[in-house]
Amino acid sequence: MLLLCVSINAQNPSARELIEKVDKNMSAESRVFTSKMIIHNPRNTRTIESKSWSMGENKSYTEYLSPPREQGTKMLKLDNLLWIFSPETDRIIQISGHMLRQSVMGSDLSYEDMMEDPHLLNHYTGKTDGEEKVADRNCWVITLTANTEDVAYQTQKVWVDKEHFIPMKKELYAKSGVLLKRMELSDVVQIQGRWYPKKILFKDVLKEGDGTEFQIINIDFNTKIPDYIFSKASLKK
Amino acid sequence: MIRFLLKGIFRDRQRSLLPVIVATIGVMLTVTLFCWLNGFLMDSVELNARFSTGHVKIMTSPYAKNIDQIPNDLALTGVDSLVLNLKKEFPGMKWQQRIHFGGLIDAPDSKRETRAQGPAMGFGIDMFSGDHSEIERFNLEKSLRRGKLPEHPGEILMSELFSQKLKVNPGDTVTLIGSTMNGSMAMSNFKIAGTIVFGTTGMDKGSVIIDLKDIRNALDMNDAAGEIIGYLPGNFYDEVLAEQVVLAFNKLYPPSEDKYAPVIVTLSQQNNLGKMMGQIKQVGGFVVFVFVLSMSLVFWNAGLLGGLRRYIEFGTRLAIGEDYSHIYRTMIYESVLIGIVGSVSGTIVGLTLSLYLQKHGLDLGSMMKNASIMMPSVFHARITALAFIIGFIPGLLSTVAGTALSGIGIYKRKTAQLFKELEA
Repeated sequence: MLLLCVSINAQNPSARELIEKVDKNMSAESRVFTSKMIIHNPRNTRTIESKSWSMGENKSYTEYLSPPREQGTKMLKLDNLLWIFSPETDRIIQISGHMLRQSVMGSDLSYEDMMEDPHLLNHYTGKTDGEEKVADRNCWVITLTANTEDVAYQTQKVWVDKEHFIPMKKELYAKSGVLLKRMELSDVVQIQGRWYPKKILFKDVLKEGDGTEFQIINIDFNTKIPDYIFSKASLKK
Repeated sequence: MIRFLLKGIFRDRQRSLLPVIVATIGVMLTVTLFCWLNGFLMDSVELNARFSTGHVKIMTSPYAKNIDQIPNDLALTGVDSLVLNLKKEFPGMKWQQRIHFGGLIDAPDSKRETRAQGPAMGFGIDMFSGDHSEIERFNLEKSLRRGKLPEHPGEILMSELFSQKLKVNPGDTVTLIGSTMNGSMAMSNFKIAGTIVFGTTGMDKGSVIIDLKDIRNALDMNDAAGEIIGYLPGNFYDEVLAEQVVLAFNKLYPPSEDKYAPVIVTLSQQNNLGKMMGQIKQVGGFVVFVFVLSMSLVFWNAGLLGGLRRYIEFGTRLAIGEDYSHIYRTMIYESVLIGIVGSVSGTIVGLTLSLYLQKHGLDLGSMMKNASIMMPSVFHARITALAFIIGFIPGLLSTVAGTALSGIGIYKRKTAQLFKELEA
């Protein structure tokens, strides 16, 4: 019996192993991508297009391309500070602290969700809970618990595709244990040697509406991004 | 007989002076408190009606439920046609669209970077359509401290205290950072046309007034408004009339499946005003009751003392054949006369004091800092027709009740012992 238990446990990869493989697919030194956010509010559906540049975990820059009302709005995030440039006012406004957890453009994504690319391994430790099927894909189920204070979600439950090592589903919890958001990832394609989901459905469970679809139109990993992009001067350019 | 009793009262000062003074003071306090409570209630109701509740207010049901959060994402849409219809269906009423909003006002430095920032409560009201009723309702012309009223789109008014906090002046440009109806961050520049003093602590702390069209553009609320405010004909709140409007509105727009369909509420259903009105009426009744009770005790006591002083008089009157009940009745008549004299003099003094409070008011601003409902800083008394007669209730009741209680002792005098007592 003991031998049987040992052999079953031996078949389960450790959470650390899985997180490493997920990080390898999902995170990069740098990323440049164009995306589309389709926000399904209770009263309407809006589509917002943007182009983003990010480097490591702490530098990110986004420019909104459409609709006309949002066009030209730019956001720069360096560590825990975010600057927003509005072309209409020709002003740069800084936001920080809890404001970073506010919704971006009325979507189900927060500024942190939108502009951060954290390596899970740097912030979480985990355990493998078992296996389940998500969207006909066999997945490992892991629970991640934050080991640093500077994360938006204390606990994450992640369903990792056994074949591609991509999260197929995530549940994000607050410190209190309250479920905050759900994510469903799909349209997994191979880009530059890694598997990557081109579509993510975010659902802020504390918010009304049918969630926000985040679609990657195109993405480049590990490309060289000039330093000036991550400066306040670039916001007004 | 009345003239005879009056002569007795005024010639025997010991019989009249103290009761008249007590009745005067009690009635004066009753009248003044009544007028002040009345003023407090009417000032608060009027202020809330002008700035916040209207006499009736139309919103969406979820907006009404979360009104404290100013949820403009739940605002009414298609409001222009709705208001046109309301004007047609309720021709005597005045209807105004308003957008109440929250946000940050950001004052830039010379490099256009944030120099000062503060949370603001904002009112989007119609200032440029040519209809001046909202400007009058907000009393903007008289409230202006510096600068001028907005004349062009993009100009706003700011509360004087807020402008001092942000160190901005008329002519300066500030940025409003808020949230659009869709939840996006909204940033718009506005030029401060002037500064105002509302006279209510909550609003003076950090308010801005922006034209309805400007705020619609800023918050992406085209043909939408958080609230449609209705004012009854004569601009005076009448609960019965307001209820009739609600009934008629509900016939026109019956409850529907549409979550964002318009719903209507009266002034008393908002901001706990109905509860407050009820409580103030109860307090008014309680004040009269307390004065009746306490003054009755004083008059009872005064009557007992008077009974001792007039012991021989009553004995003599009984000895010469006057009936017990006749003496008792004359004492009651005397008390009625004293009550009338005290009530008249107390009402005159009370009304004079109320008139002063009506004109100058009582500044309670420091006590209203954390008030959850909109209240004026200076409370004025308000003299109504009832104020002229309210004092007669405690004035007459207490003198009569006090005398009636103390006069019972007359019936305990025994005629058989009268001559012995008189000889002694």
